[in-house]
Amino acid sequence: MFKFSSKVLCSILLFSSILFSGNPLKYAKPKLSDYGVFLGNLADHTPGKGVIPYDVSAQLFTDYALKSRFIVLPKGKQLSYNSDGSFDFPRETILIKTFYYPADFRNPNKNIRLMETRLLIHTPEGWLGYPYVWNDAQTEALLEIAGERMNATFIDIKGDRTTFEYLVPNFNQCKGCHVNQNRMIPIGPKARLLNHEFNYKDGKMNQLKKWTSLDMIKGLPDISTLPHTSNYSDVSDGSTANRARAWLDINCAHCHRLGAPGETSGLFLNIEETNGTKLGVYKPPIAAGLGAGNFKHTIVPGKPDESIMIYRMESTNPGIMMPELGRKLVHKEGVELVKAWIRGLSDNHPPPE
Amino acid sequence: MKNITSKLTLCLLFANFIFASDIEKDLQTQFILAEPGDTITIPEGVHQIRGTLSIEGKKNLLIRGLGMDKSILSFSGQTDGAQGISITNCKNIILENFAVQDSKGDAIKAQYVERIEFRSIKAEWTNGPKPTNGAYGIYPVQCQNVLIEFSVAIGASDAGIYVGQSSDIIVRHSTAYHNVAGIEIENSFDALVHTNNAYENTGGILIFDLPDLVQKKGGNIHVYHNIVRNNNLDNFAPPGNIVGKVLPGTGIMVLAANDVHIYENTIQNNKSIGTGIVSYFITEEAITDSLYNPYTSDIHIYNNIYSREAGLPTLDYEIGKLMAIKYGRNIPDIIYDGMQDPDVKEGLCIQNNFRAEFTNMDIEHNFEKWYSPFISNFSEDPSPHDCGRQHTAN
Repeated sequence: MFKFSSKVLCSILLFSSILFSGNPLKYAKPKLSDYGVFLGNLADHTPGKGVIPYDVSAQLFTDYALKSRFIVLPKGKQLSYNSDGSFDFPRETILIKTFYYPADFRNPNKNIRLMETRLLIHTPEGWLGYPYVWNDAQTEALLEIAGERMNATFIDIKGDRTTFEYLVPNFNQCKGCHVNQNRMIPIGPKARLLNHEFNYKDGKMNQLKKWTSLDMIKGLPDISTLPHTSNYSDVSDGSTANRARAWLDINCAHCHRLGAPGETSGLFLNIEETNGTKLGVYKPPIAAGLGAGNFKHTIVPGKPDESIMIYRMESTNPGIMMPELGRKLVHKEGVELVKAWIRGLSDNHPPPE
Repeated sequence: MKNITSKLTLCLLFANFIFASDIEKDLQTQFILAEPGDTITIPEGVHQIRGTLSIEGKKNLLIRGLGMDKSILSFSGQTDGAQGISITNCKNIILENFAVQDSKGDAIKAQYVERIEFRSIKAEWTNGPKPTNGAYGIYPVQCQNVLIEFSVAIGASDAGIYVGQSSDIIVRHSTAYHNVAGIEIENSFDALVHTNNAYENTGGILIFDLPDLVQKKGGNIHVYHNIVRNNNLDNFAPPGNIVGKVLPGTGIMVLAANDVHIYENTIQNNKSIGTGIVSYFITEEAITDSLYNPYTSDIHIYNNIYSREAGLPTLDYEIGKLMAIKYGRNIPDIIYDGMQDPDVKEGLCIQNNFRAEFTNMDIEHNFEKWYSPFISNFSEDPSPHDCGRQHTAN
C-alpha cells in the first residue's frame, strides 16, 4: 500500500484541489482507467459499448507513431453536420487517441509499446485536452498535465534502428494546436477526413455510413456528394498535388490558417486556400528568423531545394523546424511528397491547379 | 489560490522522487494551474529549461523574478519548442524582473494578449551577435495594450524588441544592443517609442509596414527622446529575412509606413543612414497584396539632433556603395527614396533638425542609372519637405 506510486498520489491530490478551485482540470480524471471506456486489459483498448474506433485519411505526423482513435458520444446524443464539413459535438463527447510504437515496423502488430493517450473532452467550458502517459508496465496511463519526455526506439521498415526522445505535449500545448479563433476544436473528425472505409470487427464500411447507421450524426448530406481528403501515403489516392495539399493541411493548417496562431506569417496552408502567395509561392518570410535559412521564398516553383517550406520540414532544430512542436524526426516521405509537388509547379502553373 | 499553491507544494513534496528539482515541470505546472490574481515567482538562479514554457488562456497573472540578473531562465540546452516563453490568448499579464537566455527561437512571444507588460525583462543571447541566435527577444504580436519598460534586449538575429500587428503600444526606458534591429514596430497602430537607448545594432529603430499580413498597416507612431547611436554592426540576420536588407549603420528607418512622427531624438554616428524613409520598392520584392500600400506618407521628422563623424558608409550593400561614390565620407543624415504616394498629399515633413543634411535619392527617376551615381540626380534641398506646418520645440 505504501508503494502507491507518488505520481498517482500527486495526480489525486492535484485533482482534489482542482475540484475546489474551479480549475479546468476539474473535468479530467487522474487515470485513463477511470473513464471506463475500455474493457478488460486496458492496454488492449477493447472498446466498451458506445466507444467507436475510427481513423482519418490524412494523419498528423508524430515521429512515426502509430495511433488508434475512438469517439465516445454521450448516450442518445448526436453529432450535427455543418455545411463547411465540420461537426458540432455534444457536450461530454470524448475523443481518444493513443500513440504507440511496435518494436519493429516490419512486424507492426508485435511488441507494441504504448506511449501516451490524449483525450479531448467537450466540457461546459469548451474542448480541453489531457495527456495520459503510459507506465512501463503498460497497465495504466496517468494524467501528466505538464507533459513528459520519454526515451523511444524502434526499428523502421527498412530495418534501421531509430532512437529519440519522444515528447508528450502539456495541457497548454494541446490547446496550441487545437485553438482556432480563441476556441479549442478537434482537428481530425471532419467529414472529408472520415469519408473512407474502416475495417470494423464486422467488416469494412465507410465511416460516415457506419456512424449514420449507428444514429451518431444528424444532418449529413448524401455521402457521395461529400469530399474526401487524400491519404497522402497512398499513391493511388489522388494526384501528387492532392496528396501534398492533404499533407500540408493536416500537418500545418491547424496553425497556418486565418484565426490560428500561424496567421501572423500570412502563410495559409489549409486545404481550401487557393491564393498562390498565401500558399507560399514567391512569398517572402515575415518573422521566420533562422527558419528562412538562406532562402528568400516559402515556395519557389520548380525548386524545392530553394524553398523555405522544405528547409523547415527537413530540420529538427527547434528554432528552425516546422511544425514547431510534436516531432523530433523528419517525415522523410512527407518531405519527398511536398518536394515532388513543388518540383511540378512552375511560374506558368502555380497552385492551385 | 494560496490553497492550491500549498497543495501543489505538498504534492511536489510527495512527488519529490519523480520531479526532483525539476523547475521546468514545476513552472509549467504552475502556469497551467494558475488562477486569476496569482503571482508566480521565478526563483533566483540560472535555471536550465529544455522546452517552451507556455502560458495559455489565463487572466490577471503576475510572473516575476527577483531581478533580471538574478532569476535567469536559460534555454541553451533547448530541445523542444520554438520559443523560450509563449503567452497566448491571455488578458492582463505582467512579466517582470527576470531574464530569458539563449532560446532557440524567440525569447518571449506573446500572441493574442490583451494588455501585457514587460517590466525589467532581459532577453539575451549570451554568445554575441550570431545568425544562429533566435529571431526576436521581446515579441508581442497581435496584442492590444502593450507596455515594455526598463527592459533589455541583446543579440537577437532579427529584432531585440519587436512589436508586430498590435495596437496601443508603449516602449520606453529600454535598451537594445547587438541585435540586427534594436527596436522594431511593424504593422502596428498607436505606438509611443520613447526614452530608449538603441546602440550597436545593425539598425537602431525600425518602423515597418509589410505586405501579406493580417493587420495590413500601422500608423500613429511616435518615436521621441531616444538615443540612437553607433548602430554600425554588420547585418547578421539569416539570409532571406526582410531585416537582412537593413544597411549596417542605420539609425532610424521608416519602411512603407505612414503617420510616423520622429522628434527630439539624438541620432549619432550611424555610418550609413541617420534616418531613412523608404518605400517597399527598395526591397525589390514583388508585391501581390492588393490591399498593401508600399509608399511612405505622412512622415514627420523634426527637432532631432544629428551628428556623424566623417567616414564611409557600409560598402556591403548597393545603396551604401552608391552613397559612398556620391558623397564620399560625408553621408547625409536624412535619406529619402523620393517615392511619394500618388494618392496622398502629405508626404515627408522635415523641420528644425540640428545639423541634419538631407538627400532625396529619387529612385524612380534614378533607378535606371543605379550604377552611375555621378550622373544621378539627387536633391539635397529639404525645402520641398518643409510642409509649412511648424512643429514647435519643447
